[in-house]
Amino acid sequence: MTATVPPPPVLQPGGRVLAAASDTVVPARRGRFRTRTVAAAMVVATVVAYLLFRTDGAADSSDAAAFRFFDSVRDWVDANRDTSPFFLYGLNYVRLGVRLLVDAVQAALTGLGFAGLVAAVAAIGTVLAGWRTGLLALGGFLAFGVLGLWEQSVDTLVLTVSAVLLSVLIGVPLGIFAARVRWVGATLRPVLDVMQIMPTFAYLAPMTLLFLIGEPAAVIATMIYAVPATIRITALGISEVSPTAVEAATALGSTRWQLLSKVRLPLARTTIALAVNQTIMLALSMVVITALIDAPGLGQNIVNALQRVNVGAAFDAGLAIVILAVVLDRITTNAARRTGVHRSRRQRQARWIFVGAGVVVVAAAALVSIDPENVPGYSFAAPVNDLVGWIELHWYDVTEGLKNGISAGVLDPLETVLVTTPWWLFVVAVAAFGTLISGWRAALIAALAAAGLAGLGLWQHSMQTLATVLVAIVLTMAIGVALGVFCARHDRLATGVRPLLDAAQTMPSFVYLLPAVALFGASRFTAIVAAVIFAVPPVVRLVERGLRDVPPTVVEAALSAGSTPRQLLWKVQLPMARGGLLLAANQGIVMVLAMVVVGGLVGAGALGYDVVAGFSQRELFGKGLAAGLAIVLLGILLDRLTQGFHTSKGPRR
Amino acid sequence: MTPMIAVADLWKVFGARADRIVGTPLAELSPAELRGRTGCVAAVRDVSFDVRPGEVFVVMGLSGSGKSTLVRCLTRLIEPTSGEISIGGESVRAMGPKRLRELRRRQVAMVFQHFGLLPHRQVLDNVAYGLEIQGVPRAERHRRASETLALVGLEGQERQFPDQLSGGMQQRVGLARALATDPEVLLFDEPFSALDPLIRRDMQDEVRRLHAEVGKTLVFITHDLAEALTLGDRIAVLRDGELVQVGTPEELVGAPADSYVADFVRDVPRSDVLTLRWIMRDPAPGELCETEPLSHRTVIRDAVHRVLRADRPIPVVDGHEQLGVIDADQLLPALISHHRQVPA
Amino acid sequence: MRTLRTAAAAALIVSLTACGGATSGAGEDEPSAGAKGTVNLAINPWVGYEANAAVIAYLLEKKMGYTVEKKELKEEIAWQGFETGEVDTIVENWGHPDLKKTYIEDKKVAVEVGPTGNQGVIGWYVPQWMVDKYPDITDWKNLNKYADLFKTSESKGKGQFLAGDPSFVTNDEALVTNLKLHYTVVYSGSEAAIIKAAQQAAAQTKPLLFYFYEPQWLFAKEKYVRVKLPEYKDGCDADPKKVACDYPDYVLDKIASKKFADGNSTAYQLVKNFKWTNDDQNLVSDYITNQGMSDEQAAEKWVNEHEATWKPWIPAGS
Ligand SMILES: Nc1ncnc2c1ncn2[C@@H]1O[C@H](COP(=O)(O)OP(=O)(O)OP(=O)(O)O)[C@@H](O)[C@H]1O
Ligand SMILES: [Mg+2]
Repeated sequence: MTATVPPPPVLQPGGRVLAAASDTVVPARRGRFRTRTVAAAMVVATVVAYLLFRTDGAADSSDAAAFRFFDSVRDWVDANRDTSPFFLYGLNYVRLGVRLLVDAVQAALTGLGFAGLVAAVAAIGTVLAGWRTGLLALGGFLAFGVLGLWEQSVDTLVLTVSAVLLSVLIGVPLGIFAARVRWVGATLRPVLDVMQIMPTFAYLAPMTLLFLIGEPAAVIATMIYAVPATIRITALGISEVSPTAVEAATALGSTRWQLLSKVRLPLARTTIALAVNQTIMLALSMVVITALIDAPGLGQNIVNALQRVNVGAAFDAGLAIVILAVVLDRITTNAARRTGVHRSRRQRQARWIFVGAGVVVVAAAALVSIDPENVPGYSFAAPVNDLVGWIELHWYDVTEGLKNGISAGVLDPLETVLVTTPWWLFVVAVAAFGTLISGWRAALIAALAAAGLAGLGLWQHSMQTLATVLVAIVLTMAIGVALGVFCARHDRLATGVRPLLDAAQTMPSFVYLLPAVALFGASRFTAIVAAVIFAVPPVVRLVERGLRDVPPTVVEAALSAGSTPRQLLWKVQLPMARGGLLLAANQGIVMVLAMVVVGGLVGAGALGYDVVAGFSQRELFGKGLAAGLAIVLLGILLDRLTQGFHTSKGPRR
Repeated sequence: MTPMIAVADLWKVFGARADRIVGTPLAELSPAELRGRTGCVAAVRDVSFDVRPGEVFVVMGLSGSGKSTLVRCLTRLIEPTSGEISIGGESVRAMGPKRLRELRRRQVAMVFQHFGLLPHRQVLDNVAYGLEIQGVPRAERHRRASETLALVGLEGQERQFPDQLSGGMQQRVGLARALATDPEVLLFDEPFSALDPLIRRDMQDEVRRLHAEVGKTLVFITHDLAEALTLGDRIAVLRDGELVQVGTPEELVGAPADSYVADFVRDVPRSDVLTLRWIMRDPAPGELCETEPLSHRTVIRDAVHRVLRADRPIPVVDGHEQLGVIDADQLLPALISHHRQVPA
Repeated sequence: MRTLRTAAAAALIVSLTACGGATSGAGEDEPSAGAKGTVNLAINPWVGYEANAAVIAYLLEKKMGYTVEKKELKEEIAWQGFETGEVDTIVENWGHPDLKKTYIEDKKVAVEVGPTGNQGVIGWYVPQWMVDKYPDITDWKNLNKYADLFKTSESKGKGQFLAGDPSFVTNDEALVTNLKLHYTVVYSGSEAAIIKAAQQAAAQTKPLLFYFYEPQWLFAKEKYVRVKLPEYKDGCDADPKKVACDYPDYVLDKIASKKFADGNSTAYQLVKNFKWTNDDQNLVSDYITNQGMSDEQAAEKWVNEHEATWKPWIPAGS
């Protein structure tokens, strides 16, 4: 039995596909000196311009043209939802179709009953991914019963499965097209870029506008969130198929369809399985957030806990989410790994016997009716709440001091500077520095996004959000790089930390708010803390990988030249891992933005608050939608500026 | 006899607006100039040749000289820019997609340098692939695939996956796959350059044996001169996309068309390739000769023994006609004139 | 249930295609009229609401045999649920004349079902110790004088006014602007967060000016004093951007979806008959918040002890 697993593509959490980080960056040697002088001159010019032209940072009006426009859109939709053909024959059918899908999945899963579903998942795990995974699945699903969260977990699973089915149905064909038809790929790329930087929060309001609240809107929102990963990774898999194999098959007279079905798809199947895996992970984290628009499931428990500041209750639900994520992840990654493994005829026969046995067991279990409520239960709520209470009591001065220190010492001054910068100066600065860092193309897009923020009438809130994001990203990078370096140097530590990072990355952003709220109350700092917790794990990973990718021969050479470990790190490893670091910064910044915005739920204010208020107060709807758009623009701005780190500095032709 | 493959005035230009170059003064430019002026690469320039049925036709040239491009143009895996190709008397460029597929399915098969096997299929199904896409029923195609596998010496390996085989065995699978559809023409694009020398020699023997057994027309691409000389009935030499010389191995070695070809063949032991007609001289008037003549087709090396033992020059004949005579004076320079490469 | 629904929805698609177009409510649950079906109960994010819902849900499930589905929704979103069929009833509504106009008058998807018996008060509050120390703080005109006391990390150099969930009925930002107060409105995000801050303010004598409301169990435990804002007059809050007066008193009421009401099931009648006092609600809220009881346990305890109150709500013949 030999594995032919191709090296997995480099995936960022969020399913972005990147070229290997290590070879994307070639430090620019020539012109470094000139660049430095130009940069210094630009900094001076910006400071002078700021001092000359700074404004008093007036609050945003509550009545900008953009808000009124969105309000009028809302009014039109409300008035025409049941009359306009666009809805009657279009969106309402979409809604109805998705509703049917959800109901069908729900009927299938709940029809099995507690014992049946547990057995089914265990059987699927065993057949697809081996008995270890099957056992994990068994234990995991039983745990939902033990935690007393069976129904909610199943609801979450139903929505996830529905959204994943839709994503695969839409994403895989699109991915194939994107890889095979040049203009489709070229058109999709920027669209997918934007979809992937879009913080989850930003699309809830438009979804309710088009599809109302409830499961269909939730599933569609989730699908939109997850499908870019499906498309991207599928396209990657298809375009990576060995051209010789394709040529050989063509030379034998295959039709296009035969090439696709007999060569391209089979050769890309491991990568496509990976695409499904990523899609599931993303869908799961989004489904939880859609509780805000009335999706059932574990998200409801989290929202509820958030409203009651009940960390313990959220802990149970969060644990259930992590378990669900781990089970689904293990099943799909192991299944993906196994697609590349050849089985002998015997093994294949054994597998069919397995499948048969599984079906029998599941059928038998489905007939057994066990009420999950009768499973002996255990909740972590009480001990966790006790712990939180203890920390609140004993660490109050520390937490309060930290919060006030960072807020007054860093956040407020930065916010003041940004808010009092005239919008045109900001746009010019973005354009100028952007050109320097990322090339004029990226800078142009970033500058347009910056101008858009002003145009939306949300300047102050955008700058406040930006300030919070910047502080959070600095903290994230500081902590992430330190931990990453540590992990790269201590193998034991790295293996110990890895499962923690895994779990952390499968957790929906939402869950991180709770401990932060419990410790720091309602404040921007809470959002910063949550964002840091959320974004540090991927940063640690990327940094660690970047460092480990430094060729051992180089390290050896440096050591033999007599470098101390410290010199090795600062003079060799970190500079050479620059690609990984910059990638981590880009990735971190996008995640931090997403989380800071969600922080609007817990007093972080600014754009996040506008979005929340927008879908909870009628007269604020337009502003909320505009804020959603502003968040997207902010995301594009930050992403373009930092993406340049690892694309524009590559070797130029 | 009509040629199996006839290529006339074939051009392949890569790059934007490639079709605007052939037939204009641009076509006369050197490769470097052409690239500078238009950004285009002329991989195949104005190539014409015929391949006779049953012949082994070798195309040789340095890396980047356009060999792969040329051979792919034959079945339009790469679309030619201009020129004419006919296979079995039928114009390939005039074929519609359907007819072209038929050509690829039944008449012409190809073997690739990097094998191009399908890693997810067992050896048997790899070999049966061509039959499968023609719609041959499963049992039938498996039977024929097994037969072909036996032909290339891979009995018993049917259930293996390609990555469980060595490189040489993988290329045998590639060969079997090409043979399975029983095509008239086989195209080989440097099939053995990824293999190590011993296996390469085995595989060359294999090809020769198969050629003798099944009698197909072979177009064989290589950059290895020794391979070209052992396999080729005729050899075409490509440089920068242009055909420099087409001829038998002997013609190439004995009368290289230019310094490029001469450089190529410089290291060839001439006595292994050249026949006596390349070194014989006219008999001096009244000269006494041995009675037993040598055929003019005798390779020099094989004549050494007799010539050096003989006291007098030996006549060289074509049938009954005497063409010339040979003695040690002609033979010795031919034996020592080639420059052996100094081992690195 | 679900399978039935799927089949019904499939049939619906066919019939809709025949007669042209799908409306937004297509494919949703039919109202649980007649048979003992499911009641979809919206749960708005404050504990008083939860108390109402807990008791109603308990009675529906345990005494009348319905299934209750609780949906954690913010107020506006719950109203949208009337349109989609996701929500049958809201059991504590605070005013919302604009929503009533949209969903009751214009779209005709909801109806009023009468008061809950609770009196709603919204206002600005400070803890008792501040009044003892600064007696004139209860007049809004003096608030600017004390703004420095209320500074926090979030208030941008001004005083902090702590508000609750962004979805609550509020005029605070307009009030701060229009009364020219040197305060910043900071949203804590939830009722629980305000309560926590209020408790800390009382226990640790920390200054706090905050948005609060009755009925509210906390008033039974701690004393907080309402700050007098310019008096409410009819219509002074007509334009939400120009409000410069105090909040009115609210008569809290119940809303149901039109379908639910038209079905006139016993469940609907129970909701209609439901009526209790602020004390009742505070009691149940206290059970939920402070006695560590689940909604169901709290409702059970209250129901066991107050049979006389709820007996008349149960419709005859159920
Ligand atoms: N798809 C293509 N686009 C542009 N240029 C190409 C393309 N394919 C080949 N070329 C160019 O055409 C020329 C001939 O390439 P070709 O692959 O035919 O050479 P070759 O003789 O097969 O070389 P090798 O021995 O390395 O396989 C080269 O200069 C190559 O760069
Ligand atoms: Mg080649």
